[in-house]
Amino acid sequence: MTTEPTTEVQVHRSVSVPLSPERAFALFTARMTEFWPQEHSIGSSALAQVVLEPRVGGRWYERGVDGTECEWGRVGEWQPPNRVVLLWQIGANWQFDPDLETEVEVTFTEETAGRTLVDLRHRHLERYGDQADAMYAGFDSPAGWTGTLSRFAEVAG
Amino acid sequence: MLDALGDGNRRSILERLAAGPLPVGALAEQLPISRPAVSQHLRVLKEAELVTVSVVGTRHLYRINPSGLRAVRDYLHRFWMTALDNFAALAEAEAADRRLEPEEHRR
Repeated sequence: MTTEPTTEVQVHRSVSVPLSPERAFALFTARMTEFWPQEHSIGSSALAQVVLEPRVGGRWYERGVDGTECEWGRVGEWQPPNRVVLLWQIGANWQFDPDLETEVEVTFTEETAGRTLVDLRHRHLERYGDQADAMYAGFDSPAGWTGTLSRFAEVAG
Repeated sequence: MLDALGDGNRRSILERLAAGPLPVGALAEQLPISRPAVSQHLRVLKEAELVTVSVVGTRHLYRINPSGLRAVRDYLHRFWMTALDNFAALAEAEAADRRLEPEEHRR
């Protein structure tokens, strides 16, 4: 890469959970379907399963109730039980874009015995660049992600 | 963000950058203010996330942070907040299940 943005656009969120890092890591990576906001699907049918293949280079995809699979990205780094980096490759048009890589880094840090701080950083959003306006317009489109903004607004209070 | 835009020179800088990325020197040549003043304004714009800077070779190149980028970030922030809240609830349930198990065995 010849260009290295020094202003990195990211979002950060952390939660503390009453599990060991091992169990928190396993829950996060192996049972994503159970906590994924269900309306967040890019497939043509409703979301049935979120699959993360547990290894570097593993696929990250959704399976619809009709069995079709839609790529989301892949595993960039796999360091159980402390860190995983997922490459989120969903473009402005809400399609898988192999040329786009944004990073979802999740770390699991033991706070006390049996309690873990989970830090999630979705990094390099600046890579959306000029696609961003199109992406934002897509949020309001009737297909796929309908109503999520208003629902989030309700949750965020 | 509104404060950052509340200055004519900063708005002029954004207008220049809207045409394409530029280094500080080129911006200073196009504006009736000194290079240090341009740098100062760019710093404010950067902090407001209205511009980004990238290093190309030895040059710092400034460019507009597309208006939608903030919306994208806010959107993803809310998205992950929901996802992690769900995750925390699931983790609490898991921990509670584990705590119950030994008691059940004792019965």
